[in-house]
Amino acid sequence: MDAKVVLSLENITKKYPGVLALNNVSIDFLEGEVHALLGENGAGKSTLIKAVAGAIDVDSGSIRINGQEYHKITPSLSRSLGIEVIYQEFNLVPTLSVAENIYLCEKSEDSILFSSKGIEKKAIKVLDQFGVKIDPRIIVQDLSIAEQQIVEIAKAVSKNVKLLIMDEPSAPLSVSEVEMMFKIINQLKQNGVTVIYISHRLEEVFRISDRVSVMRDGRYITTKNTKETNRQELIDLMVGRKLKESYPPRKNPPGEIALEVRNLTGNGDRQISFSLRKGEILGISGLVGAGRTELAQLLFGAAHIDQGEILIDGNPVKIKSPADAIKHRIGLLTEDRKGQGLFLEMAVKWNIVFPIVKQISKNGVVNTKKEDEIARHFKERINIKTPSLLQQVINLSGGNQQKVVLAKSLAAESDILIFDEPTRGIDVGAKQEIYHLMTELADSGKAIMMISSDMEELLGMSDRIIVLCEGELAGEVQKDKFNQNYILDLASGTH
Amino acid sequence: MNNQSEFFNNFGGRIGSIMKKNVPFLILVFLLVLFAFVAPNFMTFGNLRTLIRQVSFSGISAVGLMFVMISGGIDLSIGSQIVFSNVLLAIMMAEWKLPPALAIPLILLVGTGLGAINGFLCIKLKIHPLIITLGTSAIFKGFGYIINRSRNIMGFPESFRWFGQGYVWGIPVPVIVMIIVALVGSFILTRTYFGRKVFALGGNEEAARLAGVNLNKMKVSLFMICGFISAITTVLLLSRVFAGQTITGQGLEFDCLTAALLGGVSFKGGEGTIFGLIVGIIIIGVLNNAMQLANFPDFSQTVVKGAVLLIAVAFDVYQKSRKAKETVAKVAA
Repeated sequence: MDAKVVLSLENITKKYPGVLALNNVSIDFLEGEVHALLGENGAGKSTLIKAVAGAIDVDSGSIRINGQEYHKITPSLSRSLGIEVIYQEFNLVPTLSVAENIYLCEKSEDSILFSSKGIEKKAIKVLDQFGVKIDPRIIVQDLSIAEQQIVEIAKAVSKNVKLLIMDEPSAPLSVSEVEMMFKIINQLKQNGVTVIYISHRLEEVFRISDRVSVMRDGRYITTKNTKETNRQELIDLMVGRKLKESYPPRKNPPGEIALEVRNLTGNGDRQISFSLRKGEILGISGLVGAGRTELAQLLFGAAHIDQGEILIDGNPVKIKSPADAIKHRIGLLTEDRKGQGLFLEMAVKWNIVFPIVKQISKNGVVNTKKEDEIARHFKERINIKTPSLLQQVINLSGGNQQKVVLAKSLAAESDILIFDEPTRGIDVGAKQEIYHLMTELADSGKAIMMISSDMEELLGMSDRIIVLCEGELAGEVQKDKFNQNYILDLASGTH
Repeated sequence: MNNQSEFFNNFGGRIGSIMKKNVPFLILVFLLVLFAFVAPNFMTFGNLRTLIRQVSFSGISAVGLMFVMISGGIDLSIGSQIVFSNVLLAIMMAEWKLPPALAIPLILLVGTGLGAINGFLCIKLKIHPLIITLGTSAIFKGFGYIINRSRNIMGFPESFRWFGQGYVWGIPVPVIVMIIVALVGSFILTRTYFGRKVFALGGNEEAARLAGVNLNKMKVSLFMICGFISAITTVLLLSRVFAGQTITGQGLEFDCLTAALLGGVSFKGGEGTIFGLIVGIIIIGVLNNAMQLANFPDFSQTVVKGAVLLIAVAFDVYQKSRKAKETVAKVAA
């Protein structure tokens, strides 16, 4: 291979109090390649890209960009060298328009006045490349998460980018949007742009990358040509031990109907009817914006129901607020666990018992002994890795935060559990654990709805899948008829 | 060698975190020691008793404010609530000749009602409590002036004097009331499920909603608690001054807010302890008292108080950003 090295990291070390985030890491990135960076949470990927972006100072080692050696990189230096980063947490100004966000801080060449017409025109051009229709005048906070992600990519691409770093860019996107993003990445690659692609989804790594580097515990493990490696090898390298990504088998067949929904309308969804059995995992598929999360909100009383009926164990129930839903033993594990599921500043045990704190109180006073008991029980049962139950949730990893969310619903003794993107942004090991827990819960008779954009996971875990398209039920697929293309067709409304 | 330096790092870190958690307390100790040396008549029992009684009134109201602040709200109308109910209570006793045993419960009800007005406006208009209570503050104060009609209302039963001027075992009654209100408030916040909901509301409102908390009910209840507690202050203040004037209570929320921020109650909600609040209120008392002993002119006292408020806010912001940085570091690692 005679391609030019654009970015070369040499013996980068970065210490944080108590942890060695990067331990002597050396990696080369070539011009015009898509280089995937793999590793579990805490492997040091985020720290590494922050070092390249100049967001943090490294303790030792050097960074060579286009042959020029730098010991200290600042955000403006990295930007002027054509390095753009798309972080997991968006860097958009929610109160500004799409166009203003894309061209934030950019001076116009021909006028000292700010021209919103001008940047809107330019924004349309950039967005057109993505084949999406987003009005550049829309205020960013009114966009869906997927659309915001596209704006974030557009913002990076609109600059004269030489090296694009993407941290979990596909996490909020649906299958077809991911396809679109891949097209853009390929286009960038042809223009000689180097893309560093971080993702937990291995199938994406195989689809898009030329080479793949693996990190573990802050150390660089190895780099492979993507064509010469396979899934199992990469997982082994990441985890450092043999671990199979697989979907655990189920012991018990589904039982009676736990939840029945008839002609449910509201919150953007129309006339949705389906049923869910005890001990069943029902997958909910659809593109972003198809109304999946909206359906979950309706069932959980978090949004207003205009029409339709909900029956639990055959009895019609009225669900007007989350409190009603909890009373009827429905649990929702939200897609946005930091924004909607957790009290980040509070202790683990505080979070776990919060939904049932009234039940473990006598005359309004919380029984702290019972609180400890319950929290400890769930910590052990679902293996929440935390040094203590008093630890603030904000300090846990994504996978463990997700387990705290799950513990909350289990503590509330929910019989119907709605998982909205349960494995988004969590690492392979934690994913496995979540799958096992879901299987275990289904086997114990819980009725589970699982919304997911990860097709493989949906096919692997579900007993049955219903597909939504533009707020309506597009179809239902039984396990023996599972077929990725068929479901995609239903989801995109071509059937 | 590495082990050793790590040990020292951890050790230093632990001492550092203990210090940081108790910064307000350390400031208080520092001020006490300083004034004990500088002003010879500062560290006397009589002076300290006066000092604490001086701040006990805002201390009581600060507990109510703290409930609202931990839930993520704010109440700027506390002083004006007192202005209004103080005049009303004076009229009840001096003109309507109601006995204190009837007038006091009535005024507690009125105070709770004023809080309810704040709460309902917040949930109905869906505007930030800062603006709502700024508006109601002017309204309450205005009504206070209207019903007062520029009089100095006097002629209360002698038995009413005890609340603001009496002592129990040598301790002023308002101080005892402050201690009781603080203890009950602390118990509610830390031990009851209602308290949990208050923290939940301030920590993450959306998560609280999805956990089944009735947000509107909570918000109204918290403003009612704040109003109720300020009505207690009203009773004590009127008894202390023993004349119904519109000046009583004006600007009281300033000391409450400063004390809360000094004591580590977060402006954004979700954080705060009664211990910190009381330390904050005593710091204000010490500064007030010391400035009076040193014969500071009234106006420069105002300057100092303003500066203290800003320092308290800066400290709150600094703590937040430090925490955010630590979190970023942890996430990155």
